Amino acid sequence: MSKKIVIIDYGIGNIKSMYNAFYNIGFKPELTSDNRTILNADAVVLPGVGAFSKGMENLNESGLHQTIHEFIKKGNPFLGVCLGMQMLLDDSEEFGLTPGLGLIKGRVIKLPIQPNSIEKLPHVSWNELREPREGRWDGTILKRVPVNIDVYFVHTFIAVPKYEEDILAISDYGGINFCSAIHHENIYGTQFHPEKSNQRGLSILQNFVDLIK
Amino acid sequence: MIKTRLIARLDIKNEFVIKGIHLEGLRKIGDPLMLAKMYYESGIDEIIFMDSVASLYGRNNLFNIIENACKEVFIPITIGGGIRSIHDIDAALKSGADKITLNTQAIKKPELIKEASRIYGSQCIIGSIEAKRKGKSWEAFIDNGREQTGIDAIQWASKLEDLGVGELCITSVDREGTKKGFDIELVQNICEIVNVPIIVSGGAGSTKHISDLCKQKGVSAVAVASLLHYNLASVDQIKNAMKQDGIVVRI
Repeated sequence: MSKKIVIIDYGIGNIKSMYNAFYNIGFKPELTSDNRTILNADAVVLPGVGAFSKGMENLNESGLHQTIHEFIKKGNPFLGVCLGMQMLLDDSEEFGLTPGLGLIKGRVIKLPIQPNSIEKLPHVSWNELREPREGRWDGTILKRVPVNIDVYFVHTFIAVPKYEEDILAISDYGGINFCSAIHHENIYGTQFHPEKSNQRGLSILQNFVDLIK
Repeated sequence: MIKTRLIARLDIKNEFVIKGIHLEGLRKIGDPLMLAKMYYESGIDEIIFMDSVASLYGRNNLFNIIENACKEVFIPITIGGGIRSIHDIDAALKSGADKITLNTQAIKKPELIKEASRIYGSQCIIGSIEAKRKGKSWEAFIDNGREQTGIDAIQWASKLEDLGVGELCITSVDREGTKKGFDIELVQNICEIVNVPIIVSGGAGSTKHISDLCKQKGVSAVAVASLLHYNLASVDQIKNAMKQDGIVVRI
């Protein structure tokens, strides 16, 4: 049976890129905000760029907040990308303090770049992924991914998970180590854009699909 | 380590990639989709599509090109030229572009930058500056380098940052298409006062020009056209040369 992949369309960000990336590796994901379709999916992707508060506002108003929680309880794989990953946490300091989905314990903060640093914000670049400890990537979306591969980032805020075990990958910017991917049971998140990180990025999406039981 | 990005700039007129000198005297280079795919496969970090005649809604418009390119090219794609409103930005992003660049309309209507970065996030709004040297300073030009504005390009860069752009793309109209090297002084002046990532375009004629530019503090990316379009250097050759000169690149 073909795998039902759903990309949540909540009126924010470039969801077509995500569709194209999955299509390229042989899948035809559905772009939808329909609660029932999401709940019936084998795997769900929450994309997104832009402001945390706007993203959460859209999820709350459309009832998707609740749907995402319900989907995750089913145990099927879920992937948040960029803002979609950040919204998985408890809250964000982006504009005041905005509550998130609360699926991963922790907070979203601004990259603490020193004012006199030569590094700039937003962090826009290809940058490396590191494994927090050997074997952490086994059986995850980063399985068989070479350590130190370059993936594409564009962001100003970072997720700071409360528990170290939830950190799947670490990257470094301006001397600051930050969490560039998260993993907690069936929940995954990437701060980078796998759909914009060439063939290697696509292989991460393939790994995600492979998690479907 | 973050990487200095090498970007291919494709200037589009009707359905062709074209290339001029000082943004004028345009020559046909080839099919945008084919070139984009070729540069992607050879390891380019990003692609910028610039509509040189701002005919976004004409036949075979840039949105169609981007839509098709995005099906096969999985790196960041930027679209620029002729974007005038939130509606245009929306259409550009929906066609699959990750970022948009604004020049003419930013100067005519600076609030557009503010509004766009609030709606879509500053990460997808690039402020584009076409600068022409004028004695000891530089003037910002609009309409693809054709119209002067009387605005000081350096001050304008700082203003664009305040308005909320996530990156700046600096093109020297004097050097554009000449293959004589970048206007390093212009870049230095802008890098000194702004804190957003800076893409530099206009003048690359050799790998040495690129290395010289990227050694400047504050340059995040370099956009090249002629070098690649005229097969003067391949993506590999440019990146290897950059690497040899101590610049961190994605190989």
